[in-house]
Amino acid sequence: MSQKNTYDVVVIGSGPGGYAAALRAVQLGFDTALVEKEKTLGGVCLNAGCIPSKALLDSSERYHQARHKMAAHGIEIKDVRLDLEAMMSRKSKVVEELSKNLRQLLENSKIEIIHGTARVEAPDRVHVTRAGSTGAGDRELILPARYILVATGSEPNSLPDLDFDGKHIISSTEALALDAVPKRLGIVGAGYVGLELGSVWQRLGSDVTVIEMLPQAAGSADGQVARTLMRLLKAQGMDIRLKTTVTQAAVKKNQVEVSVKAKDKSDTLSFDRLLVSVGRRPRLEGLGLEALGVETAPDTGRIVVDAAYRTSVESIYAIGDIIAGPMLAHKASAEGAAAAECMAGLPGDVNYDTIPSVIYTSPQAAGAGMTQEAAKSRGVPFLTGIYPFSGTGRARCLGETDGFVKLIVHETSDRILGVHMIGPSASEMIAEGVAALEAGMTATQIARMVHSHPTFSEAVQEAAAAVRKN
Amino acid sequence: MAHDVKVPSVGESVTEALLVQWLKNDGDTVQADEPLFVIETDKVTLEVTADTAGTLNIKVQEGETVAIGTVVAVIEKEETSERGKKSGPEKKETPEKEKGPKAEEKSQDAATPGGNISPSALRLAEEKQVDLSDVTPSGPGGRITKGDVLLFLESSEDRAAESDTSEPDKAEPDTPASDKAETDKAETDKTDPEERVTRKPMTPIRRKIAAHLLKARQNTAMLTTFNEIDMSRVMALRQAYKEPFREKHQVSLGFMSFFIKACIEGLKQCPQVNAFVDGNDIVYHHYYHVGVAIGSGKGLVVPVIRHADHLDFAGIEKAIVTFVDKIENNRLELADLEGGTFTVSNGGIYGSLLSTPILNSPQSGILGMHKIEKRPVVVDDAVVIRPMMYVALSYDHRIVDGREAVTCLKQIKACVENPERMLLEV
Repeated sequence: MSQKNTYDVVVIGSGPGGYAAALRAVQLGFDTALVEKEKTLGGVCLNAGCIPSKALLDSSERYHQARHKMAAHGIEIKDVRLDLEAMMSRKSKVVEELSKNLRQLLENSKIEIIHGTARVEAPDRVHVTRAGSTGAGDRELILPARYILVATGSEPNSLPDLDFDGKHIISSTEALALDAVPKRLGIVGAGYVGLELGSVWQRLGSDVTVIEMLPQAAGSADGQVARTLMRLLKAQGMDIRLKTTVTQAAVKKNQVEVSVKAKDKSDTLSFDRLLVSVGRRPRLEGLGLEALGVETAPDTGRIVVDAAYRTSVESIYAIGDIIAGPMLAHKASAEGAAAAECMAGLPGDVNYDTIPSVIYTSPQAAGAGMTQEAAKSRGVPFLTGIYPFSGTGRARCLGETDGFVKLIVHETSDRILGVHMIGPSASEMIAEGVAALEAGMTATQIARMVHSHPTFSEAVQEAAAAVRKN
Repeated sequence: MAHDVKVPSVGESVTEALLVQWLKNDGDTVQADEPLFVIETDKVTLEVTADTAGTLNIKVQEGETVAIGTVVAVIEKEETSERGKKSGPEKKETPEKEKGPKAEEKSQDAATPGGNISPSALRLAEEKQVDLSDVTPSGPGGRITKGDVLLFLESSEDRAAESDTSEPDKAEPDTPASDKAETDKAETDKTDPEERVTRKPMTPIRRKIAAHLLKARQNTAMLTTFNEIDMSRVMALRQAYKEPFREKHQVSLGFMSFFIKACIEGLKQCPQVNAFVDGNDIVYHHYYHVGVAIGSGKGLVVPVIRHADHLDFAGIEKAIVTFVDKIENNRLELADLEGGTFTVSNGGIYGSLLSTPILNSPQSGILGMHKIEKRPVVVDDAVVIRPMMYVALSYDHRIVDGREAVTCLKQIKACVENPERMLLEV
């Protein structure tokens, strides 16, 4: 690989934001380099987030079904045994394959991939320190660039006095690669990470306790969806304690002793492992952006960008978890592509009104657009339509009848403002909601759209039909 | 008052349900529409919400199977005044709604000016000729999204109504004017001889008026006290000084200034009538901002004469003339309509003999003036003909006792009948 004199675009970070930006940039005719600190491409999402967690969720769900759910279908399985090592190596293989595919895709697109740690030296120059083992070429590289796109993503927050030790007090990264099923797993934070990983280990045999400071789990989900999810997870045996804070934690004799405080009672809990999943913080250290005068929001520490994803330094762009908005892979990808378009002078845009979010528990929860709470607080006149999955034939066949679909609809215009659901395949079905939101469809249109029978998606149609009945 | 919370019917064949979970604790204060508990049947899982606000008293515990219609809890309704204070979410919401436009303006300031607008939002705004400074951003980092513009377009009708009539909905006692306008309209709609009824959606303004009036009716303990005023002396006074007054002040001397001055004397004597209820508190106003309902071709508005007690007769008359002028030229500002502590409404100009005005919430008192007509009255044991006017004072009985309301109205009557009392402040 030869060094170019100057690149049109240097992307820092190869996560879903960075690689999407790089791909769009080369499509638009830019000479593009992609700098990645890690040996593997794909960032947190591919290596220690979305992908490995879904692999484990799917595997553990199969194990759980084999043990508890097959009998109802008339299938008797004796001696169901867990081979955690095989499960983990399958997960790793999924990750490896995807990472390899990604490398191929990027290389085929003529994107120059450079492994090393980047520092933005000047508004038109990126300094890369290559890792020792990468072999060929100089250890220190200077990449002159017309545009620099920072897409370094985020890392797990730790709690004060609860520093990660990688063994007992762990982050999601370690929780995806435990070598044994912890007998008792404590989780601080009932966001989607805590609930998903809690589900994985609970299905594999852990006693799971989730401690959440706020009165609602599942963060920004629609309240009704969140409450239903809470109830269903509790029924599965997950001990979820809301409005509870961790006051103290200490590792003693291979155990994590955690003192928790609820409204009027305190408790001391003992866990084999304690997963701290209390949100993520932007990863900006060592990038040298501050020295260049790149502005960050004082309250969140995230980089401030304009509508074209340009930072306060004109040639430096930023996208994904390091700027405002939900920390979601698909949001970062959309922003990456839009930012590249903006560099090319095109009207790159992301529709923030329709970004879906999914929690891959069982049942799954998904939502896009305004929640009922948001509609209420914004003073938007709205109606809701709700339909339970127990009313759909398909869900009955599967034996998964928990949950519902809920639409938030503008009272006067009938336009759909939000789609929220909890139930089987919600992660896939939300796409219909996103399409409806994107197209500005009305509830009446969805209600009249023919949905094939019998499917889960009929619940979306029925919920739409229920809007005006209520 | 106690309100039963029952297990709702969830389908024809379902006779019982499992009470899975209480989302509220016994003794919690709940708001209307807040989810209370969850029931499960073989068909559905359902969240049941509160019909009304109050304190929850749970009768049936989680995990029990209950028949449809079973009373599982009782909500003790609190005093309306108390509710305002205790209800966290509701309290937060109400001002938000009322101050909607203001709150939005604020968040606009937070957005990067001109910078943070989605291209798609920009295009839609250009197509629909929306001023983006009116749109509340909801996107990350204060970005205006396409959805924000769509919502703005959907609400712009209501918004227009809000700023047009910020206060007129409060001008209830004078509604004859707008009623008349609507009757006229209805009549023209009836041109088709086959039609016996005409159904029309209420205009946003009308809907707002309707909601505001109903709210005042439902949320206050409204009561009206009546009296009658002998107008002979004030009419004579007016007749005598009409010309010199006009010459000196360039404004004609009307009855309004006498009534407003008289009201201030009444309010000084009974400060509760000039106060508001706020939660568990009574807010007394040590100033007198008097709203005057003014009817015009464009509808009804209640501009507020601020610090009316500091003004002389000419000052009050001039203020009214200025408002009428502003209304006619569409120059009335929102600030002109805000901050009233008491309202005077003259239904007499439409010929009303007697009416019970509805409070201009959150105010606690409103004076209704009526037409002047010659009636036989007894003065010094002789029946004489006098120009008389019935007056009505509606008040919020929660904080204004009958004695005070009557005293206040009697003071108004005394001051109008004997205008020199206002001069001497007795």
